[in-house]
Amino acid sequence: MRTNLLRTASFAAGLIVSLYGCGGSDTGQLMEGDAAQQAYVAPGEYDEFYAFLSGGYSGQITAYGLPSGRLLKEIPVFSQYPENGYGYSEETKPMFNTSYGFVPWDDSHHIELSQTEGEFDGRWLFVNGNNTPRIARIDLKTFETVEILEIPDVAGLHCAPFITENSEYLVSGTRFSVPIPQKDVPIDTYKENFKGLINYVTVDPEHGHMDLAFQIEMPGFNYDLARNGKAASHGWSFLTTYNSEQEHSLLEVNASQKDKDLMAVVNWKKAEEYLEQGKFTERETSYFHNLMDEGSGVVKSTERSLTRILDPKECPDMVYFIPVPKSPHGCDVDPTGEYIVGNGKLSADMSVYSFSKIMKAIEEENFDGEFDGIPIINYEAALHGIVEKPGLGPLHTEFDGRGNAYTTFFISSEVVKWDVESKEILDRQPTFYSPGHLVIPGGETRNPDGKYLVAMNKITKDRYLPTGPELAHSAQLFDISGDKMKLILDFPTKAEPHYAQAIAADKIQPNSVKFFDIEANTHPHVTMGESKSRVERDGKDVHVYMTAIRSHLAPDNIEGIQTGDKVYFHLTNLEQDWDVPHGLAIQGATNAEILVMPGQTRTLLWEPKRQGVFAFYCTDFCSALHQEMSGYVRVSPEGSDVPLKWGLNEALHSGE
Amino acid sequence: MALLSRSSKPRWFQLAAVIALAFVFLFPLWQITLEAAQFPGGLQMHIWINKISGSDKHIVKNINILNHYIGMQAIHPESIPELRYFPKVAAALITLGLLGIWINKTWYYGAWFMLLLVLGGLGIYDFYLWLYDYGHNLDPKAPIEVPGMTYMPPLLGEKDLLNFYVKSYPHVGGIALGLAGFLGFMAAWFRWKITR
Repeated sequence: MRTNLLRTASFAAGLIVSLYGCGGSDTGQLMEGDAAQQAYVAPGEYDEFYAFLSGGYSGQITAYGLPSGRLLKEIPVFSQYPENGYGYSEETKPMFNTSYGFVPWDDSHHIELSQTEGEFDGRWLFVNGNNTPRIARIDLKTFETVEILEIPDVAGLHCAPFITENSEYLVSGTRFSVPIPQKDVPIDTYKENFKGLINYVTVDPEHGHMDLAFQIEMPGFNYDLARNGKAASHGWSFLTTYNSEQEHSLLEVNASQKDKDLMAVVNWKKAEEYLEQGKFTERETSYFHNLMDEGSGVVKSTERSLTRILDPKECPDMVYFIPVPKSPHGCDVDPTGEYIVGNGKLSADMSVYSFSKIMKAIEEENFDGEFDGIPIINYEAALHGIVEKPGLGPLHTEFDGRGNAYTTFFISSEVVKWDVESKEILDRQPTFYSPGHLVIPGGETRNPDGKYLVAMNKITKDRYLPTGPELAHSAQLFDISGDKMKLILDFPTKAEPHYAQAIAADKIQPNSVKFFDIEANTHPHVTMGESKSRVERDGKDVHVYMTAIRSHLAPDNIEGIQTGDKVYFHLTNLEQDWDVPHGLAIQGATNAEILVMPGQTRTLLWEPKRQGVFAFYCTDFCSALHQEMSGYVRVSPEGSDVPLKWGLNEALHSGE
Repeated sequence: MALLSRSSKPRWFQLAAVIALAFVFLFPLWQITLEAAQFPGGLQMHIWINKISGSDKHIVKNINILNHYIGMQAIHPESIPELRYFPKVAAALITLGLLGIWINKTWYYGAWFMLLLVLGGLGIYDFYLWLYDYGHNLDPKAPIEVPGMTYMPPLLGEKDLLNFYVKSYPHVGGIALGLAGFLGFMAAWFRWKITR
């Protein structure tokens, strides 16, 4: 059987080669005969890595298996998800609360996995919401979004959420500088009124709960991307900025004038000292913290109103700047923590800084002036060296743990491999087309798993069968275990992945929850067994305590509902087995359905407007009798004397 | 065996028989495994002297859910009287067995062995009756009815039952029970050889 599969695979591989040979895409790359086998994961076998790709404008995260490129799951985060009721169910609606109200969409960009001692520990996943500044936490035991923290007073939380090597902090910066606090001023007063903020959010080591620790008030630049130091450079953060011109219109020209922009270098251990000494100012603001309770699955939303601000002018030795060539898109720290690569996206060369040289320059006060009281470290003094003419438009660099760096080049549409120590270029491979970010499993940690690299492209065009004007983005998987990078798979991705993290499957797979223990369900409206299913009226609110088990809902006949009622279906899935979700949909609901996992309770609000008899049913094909898993609810006019009664295969009763 | 003197042999064998019998409190007597494609690793049901368990703590509930489609009765361990009085029978047998070591007579060893044999045989017959009842006494309103089909799992061996492949074999406790019988017989045998 195995030989047959392999034979089929190699035949398929051969077919791919010959198809490429026959034309199709002009830029198609000849795949070597065994390339398809390398990405082939036989039926019933598992991938070696999980890859988590951000969804960009979808607001979500997708989980893929590597090397197969198989989509495992879309994890809803910042956007309502009618597919399972996330953001529609009463339990999860509060997850979208912000100081602007209920915001059901966001733009998710950068993914960070939790780390312990500079390595991924497989516990949590963090991702930013760009438009309404937020950071979300996903629990990797359940692949569910369990917490969202709003970041106050910033605009466009693009530069987020970059994690420190023991998950002490998630560091973020404002992409758009704005008046802080907000006020009604002319836009052309940018230079005097607009500010930036760098935010430090703590992660509770036991539960993962996030808390805004402090914010550093910065000059009004665009803070783009960041990385934290590791090993030798642990305790420091590096954030690239653009628009140090401080322009506010036609940025593509006006923010691209200076030869160099500035990278912020933050000593967060120093910031902690200042915080301890009370050298902060407190400011009234408003931001929301939304947290899912583990036992009940109910999200609780809390408004917070105070933030602590540190001002670099009053806190010396806390923040520095270093010049970086033109409009950098991020900086990346190598596994040793010594080298910091500035990806100057409009520059022809790439600057590599040395952490020990930065420390030496600071010690010797080798500064070239200052900006707003923040010393600017001498560029040459901090430089390890320049990678000359590597390509056009460097965007993102990751590392393989063998001394090599891999950088995506958006404009020249390629991935370039180079030696960090010697800055020598070792290999270059085209991508299809124009890569943004790339990911190597553990590529940002102290200990990368330098086996594969995924380039996530911004332009797709002719890579796949066309689907009208709107296309999926493309990704290419390279085998990087040898001297030369080898393309082994090309696969479409969901929405627009900006950033990804990949982790060995064995760090997540053993902890994956199969179902929720119903005995541990503390939902206030749980129904612990079919015999307790019932309907209760409280004025206009009607609570249906409903259970689901193969293959019926209880109760499945309900009478005495009236138009104008608010009917809450609290559905408890009584199953205690793997992969037996039940769903609930009801005609006339203007929200969505709910999917309820075994042992879980979820609530769908239904507001009947018409009288009649309406059907509800299970939406997840749960069993051979799934189609029979349905029921009726009778709606009478408001004020009707039809009594509230219910039942399952019995005369309707009122619970007495 | 050389260590055992000819005269102490029966007592040692009787002690071993009692210890083997005590294993029925530590291990399941029987294991029924249901195999089907959608249940990777199969569903294992363990029948103990005093309870029914399985490969996970929800096994009885999950088997009941599957069985209700074909009209099999739900297994409610708390309403199976045997699970309450079998432990008492086993405890009594252990006490009587220990008494035998003190009495050390051929007739007593023999009687104990015969008692074990009869009660064990009755136990297996009782188990057979339960299996027969579960397999044949089907709810006439069952959603799935296959004409002529009954669902009695094999007492010992393997069988296809609709989408499941069912295996039924003794577990450690069941094997120990058999061993207790053998050792009890040997005790009687050696005691008889001494007097002969």
